[in-house]
Amino acid sequence: MATVTAEPTTAEPQVANAELEAAAAAADRRRGFLIALPAYVYLLLFFVVPFLIVIVYSFATRSATGATRLSDWNLRAYEKLFDSLVVEIVWRSFWIATITTLICLLFAYPFAYYIATRRPAVRNALLVLVMIPFWSNFLVRTYAWRFILGSDGPIGSLTEALGWEPIRLLFTPAAIMIGLVYGFLPFMVLPLYAAIERLDWGLVEAARDLYADGWTAFRKVTLPLTKSGIVAGSLLVFVPSFGAYVTPAILGGSKDLLLGSYIVTQFQQARNWPFGSALSIVIMLIMLGALMIRRRAAAEDV
Amino acid sequence: MSDYAVELRGVTKRFGDVLAVDAVDLAIEDGEFFSLLGPSGCGKTTTLRMIAGFDYPTEGSIQIHGEEMALQAPNERPVNTVFQSYALFPHMTIEENVGFGLAMKKVPKSEAAERVDRALDMVQLAHRKGTTPDKLSGGQQQRVALARALVNEPEVLLLDEPLGALDLKLRQQMQIELKDLQERVGITFVYVTHDQEEALTMSDRIGVMSGGRLLQVGASTEIYERPMSRFVADFIGDINLIPARVSGSDAVELAGAVTVMARGVDSAAGGRWLAIRPEQLHLVADGEATPSGMNQVVGTVVHRVYFGDSYAYDIDTAMGRVDVRQENHPGLALHDPGSRVTVWWNPAVSSLVVD
Amino acid sequence: MSGRARIERLLAANMWLVYAFFYLPILVLVVFSFNGGNRVGIWGGFSARWYGEVLDNPEVIDAVKNSLIVAGISTVVSTIIGTAAALAINRYRFRGRGTLDGVLYLPIIIPDVTMAVMMLLFFARAFALVDIVGPRIQLGLGSIALSHIAFNISFVAVVVRARLGQLDRSLEEAARDLYASGWAAFRKVTLPLIMPGVLGGALLALTLSLDDVVVTAFVSGPGSTTLPVYVFGLVRRGVSPAINAISTMMLLASISLVALSLLFQRGGSRARAQKAEPIEAAN
Repeated sequence: MATVTAEPTTAEPQVANAELEAAAAAADRRRGFLIALPAYVYLLLFFVVPFLIVIVYSFATRSATGATRLSDWNLRAYEKLFDSLVVEIVWRSFWIATITTLICLLFAYPFAYYIATRRPAVRNALLVLVMIPFWSNFLVRTYAWRFILGSDGPIGSLTEALGWEPIRLLFTPAAIMIGLVYGFLPFMVLPLYAAIERLDWGLVEAARDLYADGWTAFRKVTLPLTKSGIVAGSLLVFVPSFGAYVTPAILGGSKDLLLGSYIVTQFQQARNWPFGSALSIVIMLIMLGALMIRRRAAAEDV
Repeated sequence: MSDYAVELRGVTKRFGDVLAVDAVDLAIEDGEFFSLLGPSGCGKTTTLRMIAGFDYPTEGSIQIHGEEMALQAPNERPVNTVFQSYALFPHMTIEENVGFGLAMKKVPKSEAAERVDRALDMVQLAHRKGTTPDKLSGGQQQRVALARALVNEPEVLLLDEPLGALDLKLRQQMQIELKDLQERVGITFVYVTHDQEEALTMSDRIGVMSGGRLLQVGASTEIYERPMSRFVADFIGDINLIPARVSGSDAVELAGAVTVMARGVDSAAGGRWLAIRPEQLHLVADGEATPSGMNQVVGTVVHRVYFGDSYAYDIDTAMGRVDVRQENHPGLALHDPGSRVTVWWNPAVSSLVVD
Repeated sequence: MSGRARIERLLAANMWLVYAFFYLPILVLVVFSFNGGNRVGIWGGFSARWYGEVLDNPEVIDAVKNSLIVAGISTVVSTIIGTAAALAINRYRFRGRGTLDGVLYLPIIIPDVTMAVMMLLFFARAFALVDIVGPRIQLGLGSIALSHIAFNISFVAVVVRARLGQLDRSLEEAARDLYASGWAAFRKVTLPLIMPGVLGGALLALTLSLDDVVVTAFVSGPGSTTLPVYVFGLVRRGVSPAINAISTMMLLASISLVALSLLFQRGGSRARAQKAEPIEAAN
């Protein structure tokens, strides 16, 4: 094919062929790779490697003084996982996280539904009101409950002044759950809101047209179609709740130990890094499980 | 040097396994209003994008006024595009939008300002130049998109279904305005659309595409009156397509052993279709005389539909069901459903098309 | 129709309940920060003395300074890297795209304890390694900043990706069509249009960095205490009006950030909840 010598351009003008096309596609891929490289490298170094180091440490040995010896690889830390105390702690963390997630879902869904079905102007105002507590400092919000529920706080002082029985609210699993719900409720609200807002209401109307009553239409149309929001929100609440530390540290008692606190103990007072690593692996497995659930949900989602 | 505005030779585009454009050869004349017409997915938009430079062909050559451009970046081609979604920059004013291309080419500010004003005058939107696109109506945005492209004085203007988002009345008005504009400015327009009426009314020539292939190129009259393939015949307007077999040097045999005279009979093998427009068929009551030298077939009226400006008949004949259109005028003889009629036509107006 | 109206009323009641749940504790906290009395739960008159005490406390001032330094560094770095990651994933198909997408999701759901353990062990090993070569490095503001960047990149990426998803691709093609080079098209069209997302992501990174307790506690050394870690230490020892005062000031800072983010959103073409997009897009 004759090529014409054109004005100064980037390359000698050429006719297209399949090889050139493949080369261009490869160049494009390379450019994308380069742009992603900083993130790649950083996360590899400061996330994936640390992840792997924890796994390595879980097989290490704890010396008598509490130092860690990266030799004499063994499974002692993993054996300890099956201690009744540990099982009890993991189980407690699990059901507290589950109940927290369910409570969040129970209140967040109608909440998000109501907001999503308001007029746009009203909607935005309501969302801003949700954002303010969300962006407020997590520690402060948890401390607020420490203050309120404590026997030296306003409620405690009031009941004391009234001569009532002092209420023991603080340092109970209930207090922890209140704190967790308080902290993580916005994480449930926002994905739910996004999913409900995206809903094609014509489908609900079609269901009503086909003789479904309000509740049935909700169960058979709205709920399944917002499933992605439910899954997303639940993962965002469950996983951090499962490994929560700050909330139980402030609101929980020393009796009802949760996994997060127990792990921190291994790296502070107890000085048993291999065991702390093994415990962390439990949490990491839950995380990877969440990743797979998300992958599968994303694949199903149209 | 070629005097074609745009010339495509053997242009093919593959997306993975999908063949979107299949060996297209096309020559667009300088200063003409050329339309690429076809249904969704026929490859017309992909072809346009390759002329613009947003996609590169898998194979083939694209020349613009004789210069090879197949692999040139879009910002290095002397063409501009009007997008289907208008693609006006929401964070810039109308004036900044229209002046964008000039700014990129480093045209001096005073000259650029003057050209922008002139372009906006041309589309009657000079008074809105300080606003942002979101404050304009769809029709106004479309005119801004036009001005933004034309202000750069491109050698070729590419338009990708620009009127698709407008309602009917506005669309018809814009069609006339666009045609006027093109004639005034004199730039070559390459216009992509799936609306055959739009293509017929606006274009100097039309290229009909289907399944990635360019089926026929010609003036509107040619495309309409002399379709070369079944698809083209069927896609444009209404048509009767009757399976036919060659039986003689100028005759074909239709279903029901009906033999008629036809134009364009050749000796090549293969199935044919006799293509006749409904308005080319005429009706008389059975038994009445028909002009000499015409093809005629008897039949029974099945339906008659009134359209105000015309009547449409559905006639059952030996060669199959045919549609007949009769323009309404005072004294027009009507035929009731169930009555026997004779359908006649001039052999010269039919076309013989292949699949 | 009355059944419908009843449900609407129930939903509205639920909404107000949730809002009350959100705001009352904060309000109580703020009110009692002005408690002039000495018994923290008993009202002893209105006074701002605790604010004075807090603002005079050198430990508090130091902690605030450290928080701001770390937050500043981690916000800038993570915004740049996170925006690049979002652009790469959104625009290009490259080897490892899926892996990067998955790895970006993990820091969002990871419990802070796990992240803290990971970073502690990492720095322990890294320092042991560097020790061989020469300089003795210690845990300090550097290790805190590096850890914060690690989780902030994901959050920035998620916000920017959401914004990119809303962008009409033909806008960039239009820019190229109008003679802009790839870089000019990015600078003059893409970047301004995703800027609300970039700034939103930066704000989120800033907030998360200022919020962080456990990770920072694990990887900070002597002299590198941040404000949340300091407050956490106080809280573990018990309630005090001084904590209420610090908390109220931190709340004020958070609310200012929210107001700031709203200002940025006004510049965007859609006024959707900034975090509705990222959390939604993270899944």
